[in-house]
Amino acid sequence: MSHMPLIQLDQTSVQFGALTALEACSISINKGERVVLLGANGSGKSTLLRLLHGQQKQTTGTRESDNRARQVMVFQQPHMLRLSALWNVALALWFSGQSWRTAKADAGQALSSMGFAGMVARNARAMSVGQRQRLALVRAWSLKPDVLFLDEPTASLDPAARREVEILIEQFAAAGTTLVFSSHNLGQAKRLATRVIYLEQGKLVVDLPVKDFFNKELPNEAALFLQGERV
Amino acid sequence: MTDSLYAAFELIASGNASLASIVGRSLAVSALAVLIGGFIGVWLGAWLGVARYAGRPVVIAVLNSFLAVPSVVVGLVVYLLLSRSGPLGFLGWLFSFPAMVVAQTLLVLPVVTALTRQLVESAESTHGEQWRSLGAGTMWRSVILAFDERHALFMVFVTAFSRAITEVGAVMIVGGNIDGFTRVMTTAIALETSKGDLPLALALGLVLLAVMFALNGLAALVQYAKSRADSYAPQGRSA
Repeated sequence: MSHMPLIQLDQTSVQFGALTALEACSISINKGERVVLLGANGSGKSTLLRLLHGQQKQTTGTRESDNRARQVMVFQQPHMLRLSALWNVALALWFSGQSWRTAKADAGQALSSMGFAGMVARNARAMSVGQRQRLALVRAWSLKPDVLFLDEPTASLDPAARREVEILIEQFAAAGTTLVFSSHNLGQAKRLATRVIYLEQGKLVVDLPVKDFFNKELPNEAALFLQGERV
Repeated sequence: MTDSLYAAFELIASGNASLASIVGRSLAVSALAVLIGGFIGVWLGAWLGVARYAGRPVVIAVLNSFLAVPSVVVGLVVYLLLSRSGPLGFLGWLFSFPAMVVAQTLLVLPVVTALTRQLVESAESTHGEQWRSLGAGTMWRSVILAFDERHALFMVFVTAFSRAITEVGAVMIVGGNIDGFTRVMTTAIALETSKGDLPLALALGLVLLAVMFALNGLAALVQYAKSRADSYAPQGRSA
């Protein structure tokens, strides 16, 4: 088994005009990890997530990733085409190189195994926010990613829908998928993550195993966030 | 005036052959132009909305400028192209049905392209990253995002059709307003008004208005169907 990180950032910064969204960030993401990015609004979580995924170009520094590792990202507000749930999943599989016939068969199987059996033919755009989020997770998971990026996957969901989404995420992690997700929810971080990266104003302040983050003494900014003083 | 209006309604109600032939020709020319221009324009506009390349702002500025080109200028250009000494003179299309289709196609092409570009670019800025993450390249993103905006594109087609069927300059120049061959609603209205034959001009005007009302009604229906299809219908959470 290779011990090379799946993704590695070295002194990487992202600048949007005069604004520094991320400053000299150095981190590695290893196989099987469940990494949560925590921080207040505007702290740079989404930028870091997109940078790790390769959707955001760095201004300075380097980003290296294992080219064999398949990466997929699920966004906070997943976009579903005005098509059936089956077609939304099948299209993603087709883009990954499968024939349309195989893509449709695999999509049907993925949907059935994740509790969407009765909704295969339903217009994905007409689903509830929670259903769409779950469908987006199934779509991403059907691609069998090595690394799954999730941008605040349960933001704006009610507690029941949040729990359903978390169960899906737990299933993916149990299957060995490396998870990197951003969240505001400390409970969720405790439940799903094995490692916490805390960001403040584009700077990486803390990078600790989850139990250390919640039990050990933290730098002042992170401690205030834990106390709910930073939102 | 009242007599003319009464006579106009009589012409419509009696299904006057001359009136029907002009209306049919008008609809055929504009529909064909919108089909051809729409097909090219949607592809081109969708691609322009997604692709990123050097000089893109210039291309978009030029495209938007074409929206304001007067129809007589388009007519003049097509006339020069199709005239006997022009590069396409060998086709022998001047003062014919195909010439009017070509002119109106050129007229609606910028409309469809520019409006599609705007729609798809907006969709790309909101959702493009997600489809990129799922492996969709520039071409497929333009296809799926344009397809996803199909209801709005219907409105674009209605706008293009309105532009085509209501213009008079281009078809007058390249069609020649020949009775029974290239006379369409707008050129006939212009001619009959100048001759003082108000009933036929009014009848054609009323038909033109009715066509536009019908199309806009259809567009509203499409939007209604879209909002109904998109509205969340609760079903079991885990289905």
